[in-house]
Amino acid sequence: MSSSMEALYQQVILDHAKDPQGRGLVDLDPARPGSESHQVNPTCGDEVTMRVQFAEGAGGETVVERISWEGQGCSISQASLSVLNDLVTGKDVATSEHIAAAFRELMGSRGKGIDDALEDELGDATAFTGVSQFPARIKCALLGWAALRDTFARSGVLTDGATTTPAAHHHA
Amino acid sequence: MKMSAIDQSVSVLAGTADEVRSGTDAPRKHGASLSATELAAVRADFPLLARTVRGGKPLVYLDSGATSQKPDPVLDAEQDFYLQRNAAVHRGAHQLAEEATEAFEGARLAVAQFVGADPDEIVWTSNATAGINLVAYAMSNATAGRGGAAAERFVLRPGDEIVVTEAEHHANLVPWQELAARTGAVLRWLEVADDGRIRTEQAATVVTDRTKVLAFTHASNVTGAVTDVAPLVARARAVGALSVLDACQSVPHMPVDLHALGVDFAVFSGHKMLGPTGVGALYGRRELLEAMPPVTTGGSMVEVVTMTETTYAPPPQRFEAGTQMVAQAVGMGAAARYLTELGMDAVAAHERELAAQLLTIGDLPGVRIIGPLDTADRLAVVSFVVDGVHSHDVGQMLDDAGIAVRVGHHCAQPLHRRFGVAASARASASVYTTAEEIDTFRESLGTVRAFFGLT
Repeated sequence: MSSSMEALYQQVILDHAKDPQGRGLVDLDPARPGSESHQVNPTCGDEVTMRVQFAEGAGGETVVERISWEGQGCSISQASLSVLNDLVTGKDVATSEHIAAAFRELMGSRGKGIDDALEDELGDATAFTGVSQFPARIKCALLGWAALRDTFARSGVLTDGATTTPAAHHHA
Repeated sequence: MKMSAIDQSVSVLAGTADEVRSGTDAPRKHGASLSATELAAVRADFPLLARTVRGGKPLVYLDSGATSQKPDPVLDAEQDFYLQRNAAVHRGAHQLAEEATEAFEGARLAVAQFVGADPDEIVWTSNATAGINLVAYAMSNATAGRGGAAAERFVLRPGDEIVVTEAEHHANLVPWQELAARTGAVLRWLEVADDGRIRTEQAATVVTDRTKVLAFTHASNVTGAVTDVAPLVARARAVGALSVLDACQSVPHMPVDLHALGVDFAVFSGHKMLGPTGVGALYGRRELLEAMPPVTTGGSMVEVVTMTETTYAPPPQRFEAGTQMVAQAVGMGAAARYLTELGMDAVAAHERELAAQLLTIGDLPGVRIIGPLDTADRLAVVSFVVDGVHSHDVGQMLDDAGIAVRVGHHCAQPLHRRFGVAASARASASVYTTAEEIDTFRESLGTVRAFFGLT
């Protein structure tokens, strides 16, 4: 086993892939903001359906109350969805967007990682640093994050006019 | 006919002739595989096979179904064209133009002979996908009235049917979906059985008087199953439908005689048969190509042009508008000669041994093969799933050991859906693949499940 393989398949990734968090779709409460996104990776056929239910936080901000998802894909894409669930659930939209941007930056780092302050915010997701050395696998790691972004856009919770540019092709 | 080259074949292998001749092997008998000496000589022709990957590991290239590696004679032919003969073909009265044209048309002849066709039945296309689209768009143009009464066979009317199969590569499915959508024709298909073979018996009911096209693969790029062409061609003929054969996987790996098969059209690509990318061929029976309206129009494909109208050149030039991929065509011709000189019977016999060996991965715990489990009418293309491990992860593990396989849906989503999987891994061999490489692959594959914590 080469060192780059050990970097790619860190134990934390294998653990998340084996026991993914947030898996199993939960019905959305139509009375409150929420949305669903379906993302496909056309090169390998991996796909995910994600539902995000939003709530109003103590300060009036919009908070990600619950994420649920169902998907099929490789260990990287499944573990990334699980980590996403852990990182974003309970966060307000702005913080979630910030975390997502940090994760995308990590995926673009070609194995070098990102600065320590940002890494702290990513928690378990820093285990994906090794993934960024494998160009063909980056899109696996980003599949769930593209779905998250799409649910934000679809539910109209983005108030700062941020536009979405999903990394993977999406089907409405 | 082209197989008669077997006996004297090996002596013509560029750069390796002496080595081969000095071998002690008796002349190969019909159906015999490549000897160890011959295989070593073949491998020596492929410079890329000598490289290492992923930190010094010998490359084990088992992705020839996606694209093959290229031997020196092909690389040399392409380079020689640019170094010595480059000029515009079919025009100009200078010596270079003559030599370039000769190389270009010589390649067409070599490719035609390689697949049992006549040279004027071979149209250069940029790849096999382009060849299928060419036929589909020619039918559209005929439906729009282009080509006149002579093109009646290509006209589709609402209610007409196009029949494909569930085993097709997207390249032999999507163009027909689009043609149906443009013309109001209905798309139907033959199903695939549990062993991965096309249910050709369904043609008796699915292919009817309404069928105008029957398009099917000669060999699946997923299951490796070789289609029994004869009953399908017979059924298409009986109802007056055009038969279109996707021969991408078959042509590089087994003897193919298109005249004997009797298909109306066939496509194959250069890059899968040891040739360059950017070139492929469309075969069409002469009388059909003569009646078929052009698709891409412009220079080089015309007879008389006035400001208001144009008459078109006879085939194959009618379908070769604009400057062609001349050097690549020359390279594809060299590839056809290379394989012809090896002898396709020997190539097929060698790969049949590799197929048998590849199929033994089905004995590994948790490994399930998608496709026929025996070597009869099947190529050394073996797709498989590993229980509990996604194909991407399988491919990554193999890659770490220097083994290149394909992962994903291999441009055949409906076929994967048929088998209830989103993706698979695929090992595919070629003439240069060795038994030792398959051993390495099998051994590595055997470690995958344990890595992911499965027993």
